Amino acid sequence: MNASLMFLEIWVVALGIVMMLADFFFCVTPERKRFLAYLGIAVLGVLFLELLGPDAPTGTAFHGAFVEDSMAIFFKRFFIIAAILVLFLSSEFSDSVPGGILEFYSLIIFALAGMLFAASSNDFVMLFVSIELITVTFYVLVSYQRARLLSLEAGVKYLIIGALSSAFMVFGIALIWGTAGTMNFTELAQVAPQFLDNKIFLTGVIFLFAGLGFKIAAVPFQIWAPDVYQGAPTPATAFLAVGSKAAGFVLLLRVLFTAIPAVTARWADFLIIVSALTILYGNLCALPQRNLKRLLGYSSISHAGYMLLGVAAISASGQSAVMYYLAGYLFTVVAAFTVIALVMQHLDHEDVSALAGLNQRSPLLATTMTLSMVSLAGIPPLAGFFGKFLLLKAVIEQGLSTPNHGYYCLTFVALAGILISFYYYFGVIRAIYWSKDTRDLSPIPLSGGAKFLALLCIAGMFWIGIFPNTVLNLANAAAFGFK
Amino acid sequence: MSILTYIFGWPLVAALALVFVPGNYRVVVRAVAVLATLISAALAVKMFCQFVPGANGYQFEQQIPWVDSLGISYHVGVDGLNVGLILMGAIVAFAAACCSWEIQTREKEFYILLLLMSGGILGAFASLDLFFFYFLHELALVPTFIMIGVWGRGERRNYATFQITIYLSIGALLALIGLIALYLQSGANTFDIPALIEHAKTNPMTVHAQNFIFPLLLFGFGILVSLWPFHSWAPLGYGSAPSPTAMIHAGILKKFGLYGLIRIALPLMPQAAHHWMNFVAWLCLGNILYVGWVAMRQRDLNLLIGNSSVAHMGFIFLGIASLNLIGVTGAVFIMVAHGFLAALTFALSGYIYQKTGTLQMSELGGLCRKLRFIGTALLMAAMAGCGLPGFANFVGEVTVFFGAWKEFPVVVVLAVWGGLVIGGIYMTRAVRTILHGPLPAKFSNLADATNSWRRLPYALLLAALFVFGCFPRLLTSQIEPDAGKIVSMANPLPSMTALSEAQNPKSDTRN
Repeated sequence: MNASLMFLEIWVVALGIVMMLADFFFCVTPERKRFLAYLGIAVLGVLFLELLGPDAPTGTAFHGAFVEDSMAIFFKRFFIIAAILVLFLSSEFSDSVPGGILEFYSLIIFALAGMLFAASSNDFVMLFVSIELITVTFYVLVSYQRARLLSLEAGVKYLIIGALSSAFMVFGIALIWGTAGTMNFTELAQVAPQFLDNKIFLTGVIFLFAGLGFKIAAVPFQIWAPDVYQGAPTPATAFLAVGSKAAGFVLLLRVLFTAIPAVTARWADFLIIVSALTILYGNLCALPQRNLKRLLGYSSISHAGYMLLGVAAISASGQSAVMYYLAGYLFTVVAAFTVIALVMQHLDHEDVSALAGLNQRSPLLATTMTLSMVSLAGIPPLAGFFGKFLLLKAVIEQGLSTPNHGYYCLTFVALAGILISFYYYFGVIRAIYWSKDTRDLSPIPLSGGAKFLALLCIAGMFWIGIFPNTVLNLANAAAFGFK
Repeated sequence: MSILTYIFGWPLVAALALVFVPGNYRVVVRAVAVLATLISAALAVKMFCQFVPGANGYQFEQQIPWVDSLGISYHVGVDGLNVGLILMGAIVAFAAACCSWEIQTREKEFYILLLLMSGGILGAFASLDLFFFYFLHELALVPTFIMIGVWGRGERRNYATFQITIYLSIGALLALIGLIALYLQSGANTFDIPALIEHAKTNPMTVHAQNFIFPLLLFGFGILVSLWPFHSWAPLGYGSAPSPTAMIHAGILKKFGLYGLIRIALPLMPQAAHHWMNFVAWLCLGNILYVGWVAMRQRDLNLLIGNSSVAHMGFIFLGIASLNLIGVTGAVFIMVAHGFLAALTFALSGYIYQKTGTLQMSELGGLCRKLRFIGTALLMAAMAGCGLPGFANFVGEVTVFFGAWKEFPVVVVLAVWGGLVIGGIYMTRAVRTILHGPLPAKFSNLADATNSWRRLPYALLLAALFVFGCFPRLLTSQIEPDAGKIVSMANPLPSMTALSEAQNPKSDTRN
């Protein structure tokens, strides 16, 4: 038993509880509650530096159910940074959250704890518990603006589809356990080759994939994404787009490449098809969208598709590309949602036209949004370009080394997707700079924190795009150490 | 720091600096842009003069590792193939910045994009690393679309923006796939072009792999260069673009694909090149004859220039297809010459559009009476365009014809006919309708470019055409030794061919 590996998670859960209790003891004005968010950020920052430094301990705990390897550490760093950015964003958003903002903060921290467990899970029980911790927290976060009908609608949709997918996943786990007799990924990898033709086992795997596909919003489990993205409070959307998706990906990588590599190797075609459909669906549906958050919802589906390219490649370089892509995606998406939160929190609609004249109202926000769109579209020198480059490289590499021509088709589908996405991303930029129907030209007041957050995201996008070495080396270490 | 870094770095730094200049400081914005391109042009001239023809290896080289795990490094350097292109690019970028006075709205954004375009493409030409080669071109390409969409002109502007975005993005992405496949297939685990070429000397790629990758690069780059039948974006795109954008794109960016073919595809994939070049020689007739014929039918000056610039690409492809020293040297020569010429003609047509508000040739006439300087410059540009001796284009085209004669005599006969007769017809006819004849009454008070600052860009480009036209050795002596290296690699000895054919395509796919 090696519980010391779990220090980080324990601290984060404790932080969440303290945050929740703080409301009873500190009777402070809403402005000062922002400082509690900063306090939370500071604690997370200290934990990041103390427990996730270069010499972070590795090993397994709880009979192999909890694993701390380089991939877990990579994703934990990712989740902590994501939570810090989202807490920052929530503290700027606090006037739009009528009921206690402190619960909002603590729910974010609980979701973070779920994600941290997900990064380390090496056992189906751990997987399920961490996923439930994330999903149940998000049910609340999504419907947090109780007075907004859209938020409630989003919450209900997320609840129903989330519960359904959890049910599938539990069923899948039961089937796998029933046939293979083990819950542990490492042990399962040894026995899985015997069950390659066992229909019950394979049904279990499919059901499990359905549950994870829901988390990452892969076709055909993507249907909730646009509605929930649109309805949820913007910080919750941002965390959903970044944290929850990444948690889905880390679990997917664990399951596919640690637990059942034998099955995965046979299912390349299946992964290729899911990836291709996800890319096409996300991009095509985003084309006619006018609602900005919905548009980003569809775009997040398409990005899930791009990341599935790296999964479908079934190679270490593919996994490292997925991780690198997620790191760039983090700053890019948080940047976009920061702008949306600041520009639109006092508007009753979230139409793209609300961005009109933003370059006169707030040049900083206009720049942030433009760079974010450019990065999502995958244009150099920002993070998105190098990420897409790595993903395409992984797919072509696999295409050249295996006789499977599906990889070439997948490459061209990805190209088509990237091409389509130019249209709607540039539509947003066009609305900012060149829209004719500008009504409101009043400057947008920005607090120091908001400016800092925007600049931080810009710096992140450029840093990951122009100096990819650091993140790429970490991702490589995680992916290659993982095999 | 290599001088090359400064040549393309200055415009990029200026673009970044402009972000922090308030948009209403119009003079400052313009001054920064013109100054940055002027510095980069001056440095390019200095670099061109210091360049030693035929020296071994690359000059002004600089290499900094960037991503070790993938073998990507920041590596710049020049040899005879790109020294002229960088000189041309820097001068054209300066001229385009000077000509941007016609932009009256949102100047700050325009100049930022213009500087990104110029810096990006100059960097792509200087780059000796496949990744940066692509990366910097993409950085230059995307602003083009935005500029056409926002500052473009004409009713079909939106359509043109869509068309050019889709076409060129497809081209660029195909080339990207080709480059990644090339990197993976070479087995050298480096994006460094000299290292790849060295590696290919001992471990040539299999013919099977070459035949798979070469068409990706050929058609990817071909779309970017408007190789017939993928040319239809060009005339309309240039017709709708603001003239500085058209100058930089037609002048510099379009040469990227050709440069990529010569620099990367020919030396690394010689067998496939031989196989495909016969085909390209016939495609280039499509450019020269068919697009020339289309140009004859144009009633709009910009569409005519756009088509004629597509037609000129045919000569360059013919030079590359001949795969011999004379042909490739001629192709590189035309790339430089056409850069100056295309920029000049688009700048002039931009001036005319600015003053008259139309480019319909039926509405124009007798402009030479009022616009003496512009009219004369346009006449000279038209003559250069149909290949009159004394201008650089003549030298390049003649060289290409000499080079290609041995390989493709029929194509050369048809191309010469197309170049001389068709080019002559549309150019002289345009000159007659626009510059001569009666001047419509509404144009009686047109203002010529009188002050020397306004005349500078046109004069500079014309001067460059003259200098290289009268003293072609300035350029050919620099191109020739390195074109020779490329040609010797593209025409491998029989033993090398046997070596790459002997490798079994199945077993060698990945090691």
